[in-house]
Amino acid sequence: MPRATFRITRGSGESAAFKDYTTDVSEGMVVLDAVHQVQAESAPDLACRWNCKAGKCGSCSAEINGKPRLMCMTRLSDLDLSMRVIIEPLRAFPHVKDLVTDVSWNYRVKQRIRPFKPRKPDAPDGTWRMQQSDVDRVQEFRKCIECFLCQDVCHVLRDHHKHEEFAGPRHFVYAAALEMHPLDVEDRVGDLRGKDGIGYCNITKCCTKVCPEHITITDNAIIPLKERVVDEFYDPLTRLFRIFRPRKPEAGS
Amino acid sequence: MTDYKTHEHDVLIIGAGGAGLRAAIEASAAGVSVGVVCKSLLGKAHTVMAEGGVAAALANVDDRDGWKVHFADTMRGGQYLNNWVMAELHAKEAPDRVRELEAWGALFDRTKDGRILQRNFGGHKYPRLAHVGDRTGLEMIRTLQDHGIHRGIEFYMEHTVTRLLKDGERVVGAFGYDRERGRFRVFRAGAVVLATGGIGRAYKITSNSWEYTGDGHSLAYHAGADLMDMEFVQFHPTGMVWPPSVRGILVTEGVRGEGGRLVNNRGERFMFNDIPDLYKNQTAKDAEEGWRYVTGDKSANRPPELLTRDHVARCIVREIKAGRGSPHGGVFLDIAWIKEKIPNAPEHIRKKLPSMYHQFKELAGVDITAEPMEVGPTTHYAMGGVRVDGVTQMSTVPGLFAAGEVAAGLHGANRLGGNSLSDLLVFGKRAGEHAAAWAKEHAAPAPVEGQVRDAAAAALAPFDRASGENPYTIQHDLQDMMQDKVGIVRTESDMASALDGLSALRRRSANTRVEGNREYNPGWHTALDLENLLTVSEAVARSALDRRESRGAHFREDHPSKSDEYARHNTVVSRASDGSMRLRREALAPIRDDLKVVIAENNA
Ligand SMILES: Cc1cc2nc3c(=O)[nH]c(=O)nc-3n(C[C@H](O)[C@H](O)[C@H](O)COP(=O)(O)OP(=O)(O)OC[C@H]3O[C@@H](n4cnc5c(N)ncnc54)[C@H](O)[C@@H]3O)c2cc1C
Ligand code: SF4
Ligand code: SF4
Ligand code: FES
Repeated sequence: MPRATFRITRGSGESAAFKDYTTDVSEGMVVLDAVHQVQAESAPDLACRWNCKAGKCGSCSAEINGKPRLMCMTRLSDLDLSMRVIIEPLRAFPHVKDLVTDVSWNYRVKQRIRPFKPRKPDAPDGTWRMQQSDVDRVQEFRKCIECFLCQDVCHVLRDHHKHEEFAGPRHFVYAAALEMHPLDVEDRVGDLRGKDGIGYCNITKCCTKVCPEHITITDNAIIPLKERVVDEFYDPLTRLFRIFRPRKPEAGS
Repeated sequence: MTDYKTHEHDVLIIGAGGAGLRAAIEASAAGVSVGVVCKSLLGKAHTVMAEGGVAAALANVDDRDGWKVHFADTMRGGQYLNNWVMAELHAKEAPDRVRELEAWGALFDRTKDGRILQRNFGGHKYPRLAHVGDRTGLEMIRTLQDHGIHRGIEFYMEHTVTRLLKDGERVVGAFGYDRERGRFRVFRAGAVVLATGGIGRAYKITSNSWEYTGDGHSLAYHAGADLMDMEFVQFHPTGMVWPPSVRGILVTEGVRGEGGRLVNNRGERFMFNDIPDLYKNQTAKDAEEGWRYVTGDKSANRPPELLTRDHVARCIVREIKAGRGSPHGGVFLDIAWIKEKIPNAPEHIRKKLPSMYHQFKELAGVDITAEPMEVGPTTHYAMGGVRVDGVTQMSTVPGLFAAGEVAAGLHGANRLGGNSLSDLLVFGKRAGEHAAAWAKEHAAPAPVEGQVRDAAAAALAPFDRASGENPYTIQHDLQDMMQDKVGIVRTESDMASALDGLSALRRRSANTRVEGNREYNPGWHTALDLENLLTVSEAVARSALDRRESRGAHFREDHPSKSDEYARHNTVVSRASDGSMRLRREALAPIRDDLKVVIAENNA
């Protein structure tokens, strides 16, 4: 059976270092299988996250040969096994141990984004009417599996560490899903410009390239949100107009 | 002195899938303090993987639907071993629970007139499953999560509970550890809700994640609660079998719904060879009629591939055992063949089954529009679980509630597709409501120090041994044995030998050793999960041994038909005072007369 070597980050803090493991490679294996095999054979305390093994839960994010990817969806046959395969934890978040990072920052950012607030129901039985064409756009954003690969690759977080000032692409997708939700009447545009720091994004599109759900993060979520920010804050006419006519109907109207 | 940190809540919820989150939202709405503990990060629980949809008689697509039909379908599917109180509440309340999700931001696929769209599924008389493409579970868990984080609920992500704490008869909290640092935690609570999901990791081939080690089942059992219907484990007929890495991953029923046919290595469409008498006049006579059915001809009968899950799974096993399987130990599921019937078949398949197309393309390198898939049965769902009161979801232990897959009752001997997601919503809500009410009246006393000390000592034992076995090896051996001996086709002798095997494994598991330290150490976690796996495996094996008939998901080769003697009771196991597992047969509660009429009407 062919064998391959995996160079995996081990340990935590200052003492974290690469360690090489060689294991058998069988047909159809993905990187997560190799990690599990190493765990069962020679490193029982090797830490990594996973749940679904089918690209549906967004738990197994890591950097494979320097690229942010899901370990369960990366087949070994797509990698060059004549060289060591390097597996590292995400870099944009504090390291915990081995392949695990502390992603709790993402959950805190999400919590501060204003929640969904629906308009009054359309029908007397308390339900709404929406056409499929109205929900298609938002359904794209709601495919997000919260793998945080886009956060990891974004230079504003990865290199400039603007975690305090910048919500990151995942949360722009989330905000876009709420802002473009056919029923929502909340206004998040001021927050996007302010504490979410959407202005830091300079549309490099790196986030879109790594999204395993193929969400067009930049074109479909970020750019339309930026346009709303511009409309609301930099265009004096729009602003004046808005004083007399709110951008969205008020809740309950 | 054991070193630990204490957290106090009125209601503690163990599990953050659909059931746990829905319970948490309801309990916090009742004005009590709520804590939620889960083994993974928030939003990663098993519910995220559900595909097909959530069953509710909204009657948006067919106005003949209503709670009575849904009730009757659920009871028939469960072969009448269901807790009919739950089946009635479920059918009546599911529509409101689904509409409520929409009010919280969920976006289901729409009908032409702008309402929630519903689709057909096995065992449901009318189109009943509200859905979002093939990612309904993701939509549901994300909606509950995003709503829940604004309700003042405290979340303990990546924490694992290893024991329930009691005060006399009552459950008053839980003991566990955080995965990151391995520090101990004590949760004090007036009421505890188990929402821990299923037991699939007791088997080698499963669609379930590492979390499904039967923790809730085992915690309840060791706290003195009854477990019921444990013999009923649903094996989904079509899981992937190759490559090894994806073995067990689900292949949706939708493939067969679109005309996919099951074929053995001789090219035979074997499902036509064995059609149960009960279904003879509802099944297509030949391939031609089956094709007419899947293309919407209302006068045609369904192809045999669309018979009940348990039957299809058994037929597949028989082909494999007889040497007529596919190269990697499955059978062929072929959808590509429909190109004989329609001109633009590849395009049609990609449109109807997008995630299956990608799943096979990316993980198996198989183009399902051009070649057949290899599939085989996979362990999917536990109908059995904690025995609860149908109205309040309280177990037989005061202060301990259970909801979702970990609870028994709604599904009886076999669950219908889509009835799990609705189960989570209906009974998650009920559990949250009643747990809050209970907690308001029963404050939590301080935990007994001795129990905490014991729990901590047990958790640390694998570190203390100078030598011992690798816990992964024991887990693999257990999975192999359960697959082999207490799987889809069961016999007396196999199960008796499984029980012996479990005793041997139990001795080995008392002697595991783990390497490294307490920080994020999966080897340690695996060692601690073994106790739970052993407990649920024994419960399944004992219950299956006692039911000497075949019904629903439980098939006995030595007793291949249904028996009246077994039609009137549920199997219940509990922990005897000497620590051994005790089994009893609990008579079904007599069903209300008006519900009998509903069933009769719908069977007419
Ligand atoms: C591939 C697949 C597709 C499916 N499709 C459908 C479908 O279309 N329709 C349908 O109705 N059903 C479907 N099901 C079944 C359904 O998804 C599950 O039964 C359901 O999601 C279970 O939900 P739950 O809330 O009970 O548990 P889960 O969502 O599994 O949540 C369990 C929670 O408990 C926590 N937990 C467990 N043990 C502990 C412990 N010791 N300490 C702390 N926390 C713990 C876990 O971390 C997790 O948060 C499908 C299942 C699979 C596998
Ligand atoms: S497009 Fe914006 S959000 Fe995306 S990676 Fe580039 S800077 Fe970051
Ligand atoms: S937007 Fe895409 S890359 Fe970002 S978290 Fe969601 S699924 Fe992952
Ligand atoms: S394990 Fe779920 S995405 Fe990889």
